[in-house]
Amino acid sequence: MSASLLRFSSITKKIWMALLGIFLLIFLVVHLSINLCLLRSDPRWFNDAAHFMGTNYVVKVFEIVLFAGFILHVALGIILQVQNWMSRPVRYAVNNKSTTPFLSKYMIWTGGIILLFLVIHLTNFYIIKLGWASGPRFIDGEPNFYQRAVDLFSQPVYSLGYILLFIVLGFHLNHAFQAAFQSLGLNFTKYSRCIERFGIVYSIVVPLGFIIIPIYFLLIHSAL
Amino acid sequence: MTELNSKIPKGPVAQKWSNYKAHQNLVNPSNKRKLDIIVVGTGLAGASAAASFGELGFNVKIFCYQDSPRRAHSIAAQGGINAAKNYPNDGDSVYRLYYDTLKGGDYRAREANVYRLAEVSNAIIDQCVAQGVPFAREYGGSLENRSFGGAQVSRTFFARGQTGQQLLLGAYSALSRQIKLGMVTMYNRHEMMDLVMVDGKARGIIARDLITGKLERYFGHAVILATGGYGNVFYLSTNAMGSNTSALWQAMKQGAYFANPCFTQIHPTCIPVHGDYQSKLTLMSESLRNDGRIWVPRKKEDAEKNRQGLLKGNDIPEEDRDYYLERRYPAFGNLVPRDVASRAAKERCDAGFGVGPTGLAVYLDFKESIKRLGKHVIEERYGNLFQMYEKIVDENPYENPMMIYPAVHYAMGGLWVDYELQSTITGLFVAGEANFSDHGANRLGASALMQGLADGYFVLPYTVQNYLSAEIKTPRMSTDKKEFEEAEKRVQDRMAKLMSIQGSKSVDHFHKELGKIMWEHVGMGRTKEGLTQGIALIRELRKKFWSDVRIPGKPDELNVELEKANRVADFLEMGELLALDALNRNESCGGHFREEYQTPEGECLRDDENYKYVAAWEYVAEGEFRLHKEQLVYEETEVKARNYK
Amino acid sequence: MNLTLKIWRQKDAKSKGKFVTYTLENISPNCSFLEMLDILNESLIQKNEEPVVFDHDCREGICGMCSLYINGRPHGPDDAVTACQLHMRKFKDGDTITVEPWRAKPFPVIKDLMVDRTAFDKIIQAGGYISVNTGGAMEANHILIPKPAAELSMDAAACIGCGACVAACKNASAMLFVSAKISQFALLPQGRPEASERVMKMVKMMDDLGFGNCTNTYACEAECPKSISRSNIARMNLEFICAKASWE
Repeated sequence: MSASLLRFSSITKKIWMALLGIFLLIFLVVHLSINLCLLRSDPRWFNDAAHFMGTNYVVKVFEIVLFAGFILHVALGIILQVQNWMSRPVRYAVNNKSTTPFLSKYMIWTGGIILLFLVIHLTNFYIIKLGWASGPRFIDGEPNFYQRAVDLFSQPVYSLGYILLFIVLGFHLNHAFQAAFQSLGLNFTKYSRCIERFGIVYSIVVPLGFIIIPIYFLLIHSAL
Repeated sequence: MTELNSKIPKGPVAQKWSNYKAHQNLVNPSNKRKLDIIVVGTGLAGASAAASFGELGFNVKIFCYQDSPRRAHSIAAQGGINAAKNYPNDGDSVYRLYYDTLKGGDYRAREANVYRLAEVSNAIIDQCVAQGVPFAREYGGSLENRSFGGAQVSRTFFARGQTGQQLLLGAYSALSRQIKLGMVTMYNRHEMMDLVMVDGKARGIIARDLITGKLERYFGHAVILATGGYGNVFYLSTNAMGSNTSALWQAMKQGAYFANPCFTQIHPTCIPVHGDYQSKLTLMSESLRNDGRIWVPRKKEDAEKNRQGLLKGNDIPEEDRDYYLERRYPAFGNLVPRDVASRAAKERCDAGFGVGPTGLAVYLDFKESIKRLGKHVIEERYGNLFQMYEKIVDENPYENPMMIYPAVHYAMGGLWVDYELQSTITGLFVAGEANFSDHGANRLGASALMQGLADGYFVLPYTVQNYLSAEIKTPRMSTDKKEFEEAEKRVQDRMAKLMSIQGSKSVDHFHKELGKIMWEHVGMGRTKEGLTQGIALIRELRKKFWSDVRIPGKPDELNVELEKANRVADFLEMGELLALDALNRNESCGGHFREEYQTPEGECLRDDENYKYVAAWEYVAEGEFRLHKEQLVYEETEVKARNYK
Repeated sequence: MNLTLKIWRQKDAKSKGKFVTYTLENISPNCSFLEMLDILNESLIQKNEEPVVFDHDCREGICGMCSLYINGRPHGPDDAVTACQLHMRKFKDGDTITVEPWRAKPFPVIKDLMVDRTAFDKIIQAGGYISVNTGGAMEANHILIPKPAAELSMDAAACIGCGACVAACKNASAMLFVSAKISQFALLPQGRPEASERVMKMVKMMDDLGFGNCTNTYACEAECPKSISRSNIARMNLEFICAKASWE
């Protein structure tokens, strides 16, 4: 697969990167809406949602697409980065001081951090789901993911890491949103300002939505 | 001695070009493949010629000293390109464009050439639009025109203040297409060092690969020089740093004649000189004179205060301003031809009314236009020029009037060519600014681009073919021939001589010295005494150069100082010829102003009886030239005194 | 003003280069950056050393020949200028100025600060033109072009091919240069017949020459001396998508 990826023209790679990015942007909203169920003190909200996501066939198909998309996004990112490094074999002595959007030059690094987190995150859920590790207490024969979340979020270190990572994700998304439209060639119309603004709002609201959850568990739920 | 035969076709002036084309010889397609053409220079004339030859099916080799053909100095032309389209319906016609150009050139150009130029001007616009040159447009989508100096109609097409750039990129794209198709071979970072003659015909060049320093030999059935003008003989000019006259000078040493070298144009609107270290003068497009008004203080004391920095231009009240062009030339006002505007500026500054720290500047004021049209219109028209001005001078021209002063800009003179653009050397053609043919003693604005493209797109493809039709039996020659060897030896010897001097002063030192002599003695106001003195000084300087120049490095490697030394060595000879020509021409006309010959009002005083000729100089030996005259015959147009009042 | 210069010196394409430090005194703030280098070279020649080689020609910001990476920015610390239009008043007395050549795989160093940019010519040769032969054009006003389109086309056409976009880009991508030419023609009716072919060929050549990929950091736009907009890149991307869908 990587051989054919390498043969893609630079713009084709950009376009795939953008399309996959937008797909992941949509997925994030779905994920967030499920996570926000954690804010209900009744565990059934969250567990039902988790159950639905875990058993629905449509979702299962999308899960595969999601994984494939995610891996492709990462693989393309790495290929692009390696090619980009190779296109400047001798580096400058003085670091570039050109004005560029915040952290736009560090997408590979913010992306890498997110990837690292995802590995941990997936370990936390999939090893249980796949029965590779002893999960949390069961309710009615179903794994109690709500309890798992509560357990994890009541560890301050975990929550802090979680918050930091979503700040990083915010930076990643902040640039990614309008960049995806730029890559798809939809950024030279009068709507480009709207896209840019919406991207900023998205990159703040979505990570903030995720961040609320550990804060809730740390500050409010533990006090209950 | 070669007879100066201008080969003007018979018939009335309007039919000459058609007659020529109808009766000329052509080369059939299968023979075109067997013929090689060398083009030196990738500016408007060179690039367009090479592209057109490639399209026709000839084998073309094209050379430029820059890293890319797109860098040629045509790119810096700002204002526009003339054509007799008469889109504004303001009374323009081919004849009027011809007449304005001839008159603007102070009746020192060849009628037939100028008419042909006007005749093909419309096709140039069509060609450029088809190539995708983004000319300015009206809201209806049609092409927009503006007016320029020396004309009472609006016939200038433009692409913001970057017309030269856009036209050159058009020609460059056509050239690139032919390079891709394999019809043209590009030799960038190559400088022509000498012309190779075989049996009395131009058959090739010796070029130096500027990266490796190696000399290379190239054969061509015909050689075309499109190497631009010699303005850099003045050191400070609006030309590019690398612009030079060496190709022309080497051709001259092989037998080409240099025509009217004293016809140099001083452009009225350049950013004034500000220091010794200065390497170049920046032009502000003539189009600015459309909306800007030129003035100096009416009172000497105001000018004095201004020079000391006590009184800003803006603070001088309207009634104390002298709009001297409008005063002296009410009919054309600020749009008088360049030579007239330049001299008027010099006259005011010499009289003590100059502004700015050096007193060598006049104001170009947009206040009224900004008031009348709004800032956005001015910005749209001249935004990039204003920005350029601000970057250099560190002053906002929207708020304070611009300071401008004349500077050397264009060379009307050049190698002598006949109607076919062939020099006195058979097989050597010269195009664009490098030849002398179309602008007489003064070039009108927006005519240089027109001439470069006319020569390259629409003249040379015909006339060179006429010449080559007799060459179809000449096989490609080996560059091992003794003529190539000898030419290479000449170049080698000269470089070795330059390198062996190892004196104490840099090449730039001599170039700057030469520039000072030229500006002082052979500049805007020339006198017999000044010119005689100038010649002596140039000779002295040349001697010093050949005994005291220091060139570091080696000849067979990238050596910028050696490149410069080669060029300056030729300028040191060329400058003398320029002065000599100016001394010979005992009249004032166009860009050539001899102070002894002026009307009581300070206008040019021509001597049509004795000097209505092209002065073509033959190189005899260093510092020794022989004059040949081509009498100018005006069949169509009555020769009159120019009057812009 | 007094300055310390750290300049990249490299004998030829094959040699290893290094920074050499020079000091200059009494430089006028009205001096242009290249004139300052002229002064340095003059002093080097006086000392019998080899002058610093750098590309330059028109010195009025239009030929695109000058190519210096000054203190971490192509064409130095002023916006929308080339190095030849940069004036020393943009620096402070006592500053240390580091001057490097453009760095990119397709722009190999020739000597000192001079690089080889023929890669750009190759990209244009791949399709940066409208295929029209001399003499075959129709009457100019038969092609009506809406003023806004002509203006946008002109904005893109203003590119001087200096390579600052490549030099500034962290990926050494040539997208801004390529897209400017593609946009110029894509916006004009004359350019439409070959639009698909043009974008495919030029992008392929750009990739083959080893320029990097675009990651939308827009450093190119920030450093372009002619302020060519990144929207041209978006337009090129769309042209490419449409061409992919319809061509081949």
